[in-house]
Amino acid sequence: MKNRRDMLQRSAVVAGLLASTGLFPQFAHAAFNKNAFDAKNVADSVKAYGAGALTESKDITITGPDIAENGAVVPLGASTALAGVKQLLILVEKNPSVLVAMFNVTEAIDANVTTRAKMGQSSDVYAVAIMNDGRALFAKKEVKVTLGGCGG
Amino acid sequence: MADPMRIRAQSSGGNAVVRVLMSHEMESGQRRDSAGKLVPAWHIMEVTASHNGKTVMTAEWGAAVAKNPFLQFTVKGAKAGDKITINWKDNKGDSRTDEATIS
Repeated sequence: MKNRRDMLQRSAVVAGLLASTGLFPQFAHAAFNKNAFDAKNVADSVKAYGAGALTESKDITITGPDIAENGAVVPLGASTALAGVKQLLILVEKNPSVLVAMFNVTEAIDANVTTRAKMGQSSDVYAVAIMNDGRALFAKKEVKVTLGGCGG
Repeated sequence: MADPMRIRAQSSGGNAVVRVLMSHEMESGQRRDSAGKLVPAWHIMEVTASHNGKTVMTAEWGAAVAKNPFLQFTVKGAKAGDKITINWKDNKGDSRTDEATIS
């Protein structure tokens, strides 16, 4: 496990290299939010990104299977048609650490991302959109994980 | 150095759908080896996507992203011939950058 100092030093070196080649990314200053990934419930994880209270919204869409035969590879997607999305989060409620992935959304992409997650057991999965004004909108869906055909 | 990513970027209706398959173990930190010791977490932490050199998306990932991660997103206003660059960094300090041309 690398400690924070090592990580920071390495980031500084990388940042320097990028700056010297003119490739400095827009978000290079955004440090990895360890608190959000250590959080044990959905609300804490979202709060770690500075968002307000969670509100369920039908404008947010979570895509995923109803039944996942293999918990090691569960395709999950988060999307919304709303404008002004800052971040999209994908969370699995009953995982040891609830946050799977966070995406910084810019104007240049659609607020629609898909990835694949690991799930330890059947659980609700959440898509959370943190808006530019700090609102946190979510949608959830239950995904059943069947292991060896024993049912979820 | 890790294995190359497979990136496919296809333009459709003024946008481009980018699909990325990365090659990474994504060890969760929850699993124990045969001797009963915890296998330390080893996963991609940061992903950066660029369109013609301009960053369009960044992501932070935890250990719960599946092994050999898949990522799909849509870049607005991207057309055939444009370059899509994907970069990842893992928690061991390894990183990889790959580039693809939108078709």
